[in-house]
Amino acid sequence: MNGRTLPRFTIWRAVFAILMLAGAYATYLRVRYGLGGVTNLSDQFPWGIWIGFDILCGVGLAAGGFTLVAVVHIFNIERYKPILRPAILTAFLGYVLVVLALLFDLGRPDHIWHPLIMWNPHSVMFEVAWCVTLYTTVLSLEFAPAVFEKFGWHKPLGWLKFISVPLMILGVILSTLHQSSLGSLYLIVPNKLYALWYTPLLPVFFYLSSICMGLAMTIFESWHSSRAFGRDLELPLAAGLARVLAVLLMTLLFVRFLDLGERGALGLLRENRTETWLFGLEIALLAVPMLLLFRRRVRWNPSKLYGCAVLVLFGFIANRLNVSITGMEAGSGTNYVPRWTEVAVTLAIIALGFAVFRVIAQYFPVFEEHRKAGDIARGPLTGRVSAGSTPEESQQQPELTAPFLGG
Amino acid sequence: MSKAILYDSTMCIGCKACEGACAERWHLPYDDKVAAEPRLSAHKLTAIQTFGEHFSRRLCQHCAVPTCASVCPVGALQKTSLGPVVYDAEKCMGCRYCMEACPFQVPAYEWHSRLPKVRKCDMCYDRQRAGKLTACAEACPTGATTCGDRDALIAEARRRLAAKPGDYYQRIYGLQEVGGTSVLYLSAVPFEQIGLRTNLPQQPLPQLTWRVLEALPNVVSVGSVLLGGIWWITNRRDEVMRAEGGKAR
Repeated sequence: MNGRTLPRFTIWRAVFAILMLAGAYATYLRVRYGLGGVTNLSDQFPWGIWIGFDILCGVGLAAGGFTLVAVVHIFNIERYKPILRPAILTAFLGYVLVVLALLFDLGRPDHIWHPLIMWNPHSVMFEVAWCVTLYTTVLSLEFAPAVFEKFGWHKPLGWLKFISVPLMILGVILSTLHQSSLGSLYLIVPNKLYALWYTPLLPVFFYLSSICMGLAMTIFESWHSSRAFGRDLELPLAAGLARVLAVLLMTLLFVRFLDLGERGALGLLRENRTETWLFGLEIALLAVPMLLLFRRRVRWNPSKLYGCAVLVLFGFIANRLNVSITGMEAGSGTNYVPRWTEVAVTLAIIALGFAVFRVIAQYFPVFEEHRKAGDIARGPLTGRVSAGSTPEESQQQPELTAPFLGG
Repeated sequence: MSKAILYDSTMCIGCKACEGACAERWHLPYDDKVAAEPRLSAHKLTAIQTFGEHFSRRLCQHCAVPTCASVCPVGALQKTSLGPVVYDAEKCMGCRYCMEACPFQVPAYEWHSRLPKVRKCDMCYDRQRAGKLTACAEACPTGATTCGDRDALIAEARRRLAAKPGDYYQRIYGLQEVGGTSVLYLSAVPFEQIGLRTNLPQQPLPQLTWRVLEALPNVVSVGSVLLGGIWWITNRRDEVMRAEGGKAR
């Protein structure tokens, strides 16, 4: 596949190079001039996009790992196994990048290990720090089999198999804890966070939405790898996830509006304020794909399915940014717009994530084809995937997967 | 006995002697330019503010149940039994959750330092431990800022409210805000008119997160058993199916 370099590819490589250069320069400025030299943060507004996007969205987008581990290994729904490893890899890289972003955001990154020995169990941040540390370890062990298989280390593979079930359960529990706790972080600011977002249910909403983000991210990432590696999309699996996603989105939106009504905050929607419009954007980005995903024709059309997944991802990114930035501005009595250096670091980290995923997926047995044939040859149109699909769904498959083979 | 500061806005003449004394005590530069800054910052830990003909003073409130100390993941902020909320820069990793969470927006950050610290008033913890007044109270020429035992200061504030009811808005700020603070205010006008937040609950804010955190052991134990049980059932079902010659799902 190395010979297959399309022109479009070079453009992406150029974009990647530019983003990395900008990121490197911003990193130099960050080290040289401190947080004040590269961010628009202030004493009134101490958390910007490095927390709002890199941390809150990053952890949420990595939720596919625990969601699919639960589906495949705890609920034993084996047919989703082909997309488990990519999801675990996405999650593992996600957490590594979150820690990397944290090194930029912390005032004293050299003290990042302090929560491990200096405890304050009353702090949500302390709990998040521990969960993220432990869960990143769990994820590295969950992905380790791919590495061991590659090098043919059978003994450690056996050990991992022995501890795998408790390990998987631990991973799901840790994720439940810190995904919800990222919402709990904001429970402490009832007088600052705008009432469209402040609710005692924040941890519940963050948890439910992390599962949605995980599912959408899994669809997103299998579409991209199907193009990058010339594989066919595991369409029946992606469509199956999309159906669950639609139901979860509906539940989440329903409970959110119920909660707004319960707290008497619905009246705020009549006010002509930035908050109202950005809340509307967030809801629209979730409601539109939800309605579309309830349609079978959309779920079984790779491009439309992908489009919906992207909308959902943007919807939840809007949600996290609304909670952490939009909703905090009025209460803090200030406005915050990130400086170019903040954006540069964030984009560089995202680009790094895509690139490292690609490299690892190329050299380690991440996708099913590797494990079957030891090669990234294009799969046949049907065959492997049909094992997982229901009879009536598999008939539609050939025509629907065809567009993907062109990529 | 816990220590406190009482600031009486009606007695303040806006001379900013407290600002100067505070800067001196922290070895921070203080000149006309700094004096003109209306906000708290990493180089200005107390600030006199002007609202029409009234003055106000900002400094750390030293809450009875401090939000900052509760949210700090490494315990760098602590409420001392003496009253002051103190900060240990050696522990701090710079997550700035204290700044995000503080209902009074007090902690400030050394944004331009390469080894930055959080900066805020510590109510002259070292001086108070040695039995001395805070630098600001010592410097105040009119008695607008006084320092002493919290209960005694509350009694004094009540005495002033009763003695000159016409001169005061009949409330003490800091008595109940977020569960009570160790800095108390008296004012001629309602407190929001001298820049103080009046939308705060009377309960300490840390309860809001503790309610969730204390449920975590249950989430862990119930969750593990539940997930383990689900795994056992689904796995067993597949085993049985395989043994009977069927195909696992």
